[in-house]
Amino acid sequence: MAKRTVIPFGPQHPVLPEPVHLDLVLEDETVVEAIPSIGYIHRGLEKLVEKREWPEMVSVIERICGICSFGHGMGYCLSIEGNMGIQIPERAEYLRLIWHELGRVHSHLLWLGLLADSFGFESLYMHTWKLRETVLDLFERTTGGRVIFSVCKVGGLRRDVDADTLALMERKLTELVPEIEELAKVFIEDSSVGSRLKGVGVLTAEEAAALGAVGPVARGSGLRMDVRLEEKDRLYVDLGFEPCVETAGDSHARCVVRIRELFQSIELIKAAIQRIPDGEVSVPVKGNPEREYIARVEQPRGEAYYYSKGAGEKFLKRIRVRTPTNANIPAMVKTLAGAQLADVPILILTIDPCISCTER
Amino acid sequence: MKFLSMGKVVLRSLFGKPSTYGYPFTPREYPDTLRGAIGIDIDACIFCGLCARKCPTDAIEVNRQEKSWTIKRMQCVYCSYCVDTCMKNCLWTEHTHVVPDTVKQVDTYKQEPPEAEEEAAEEQLETPASTEASLGQTDSESAGQAETPEPQEGEPADA
Repeated sequence: MAKRTVIPFGPQHPVLPEPVHLDLVLEDETVVEAIPSIGYIHRGLEKLVEKREWPEMVSVIERICGICSFGHGMGYCLSIEGNMGIQIPERAEYLRLIWHELGRVHSHLLWLGLLADSFGFESLYMHTWKLRETVLDLFERTTGGRVIFSVCKVGGLRRDVDADTLALMERKLTELVPEIEELAKVFIEDSSVGSRLKGVGVLTAEEAAALGAVGPVARGSGLRMDVRLEEKDRLYVDLGFEPCVETAGDSHARCVVRIRELFQSIELIKAAIQRIPDGEVSVPVKGNPEREYIARVEQPRGEAYYYSKGAGEKFLKRIRVRTPTNANIPAMVKTLAGAQLADVPILILTIDPCISCTER
Repeated sequence: MKFLSMGKVVLRSLFGKPSTYGYPFTPREYPDTLRGAIGIDIDACIFCGLCARKCPTDAIEVNRQEKSWTIKRMQCVYCSYCVDTCMKNCLWTEHTHVVPDTVKQVDTYKQEPPEAEEEAAEEQLETPASTEASLGQTDSESAGQAETPEPQEGEPADA
């Protein structure tokens, strides 16, 4: 048996956008075991529910993460709306869908850039992030913010988007598609990219199911699993949504799932813009949450759930958010065992870790 | 499998214009919808303090006695909850951000008393007897306090 060495990986590492620590047990260059430890960026946001009234808590929840901030705000609002039995106007539902899917495009483009960076393809990284700027500009034009959007509120939305801006969004996204296609070909077909991704970190469908993987990690392993499908969201059903599934289970499959989701999200946004009805974007809200409720949202990284418990007061008793990275860490540890040390950054990135979400 | 599949994109970028703005020589054009720095029409403000209560980062301070409205610019997170809350619509979001600085910017806006009131106060001060002057001052102060019933009306029921 070769001599075992323990190499600390992180919390500060060039490939890690956020702090997570891994103790990598190595035999020569092969990882035998990976022991993760988190807790470097815990901010106690859930505890703030004791000090912030529930309508204002949206501003705290959407700051859990800077990438999927819209989804977090929306998930919290869905949880409170379910708790209080509020039905928001249809136009608000469509606008939420549009922004949520735009957030997915933004997140996946960011992730693709980071992946390219992790295997040293700097020009691909920069070009991917250049495309992401278009999406951020669209966010800025429609919501007023580039990272934290502050448009969701319990009972609907804080601002409407006019028809001209929606038409502009549709046009910009249509222009974006060929540019994404050009870079998608590099990710999918290029031999140097393929040699770093194909066959690396294989996770079978059985393993993914047993370890509770969610989102693109589960779908890359062949599991047809998506909250948008499972919740039978009326809008997604109307728009003919079908999750993107790949069966190979390796890093390349997880990358392909996200690339396919990019195009799918753009199509969903365009279809939603065509169908969006006129009308109000919010309803008046009276009273306080009194029950317990769990809302689920398919974030770009996978399923996130939002638990709220009210007691008929302005302050909620409890807020609990379970984020997709939390669910995907066991799958990441599984793929790391048996991998080469040089592949560790790629394997960590293929679950698209968001440690800020995980620790809140 | 393809080799050099990104060559076309790279060459196009190499000979094309830069994708970035020429900041600071080319100023950034913000959309009209941008939630930027908070602006205030201090003359319209009634100092009810709702904006300060709604501010998630406690960046706003309202002093009803001194009729002043203070914002810690670096603490503001541009959520515009204060703008939505303002009953008098005297707050708005500018189409620019606060410029970076090495010190934490704090802006204080003070409402000047209306000229008519000032003149009346000056006239009372100019009365010959000192006791009358002091009484006049007291009266004007108490009148000044009594003249601001709106904040009490504007207070939310749960205040």
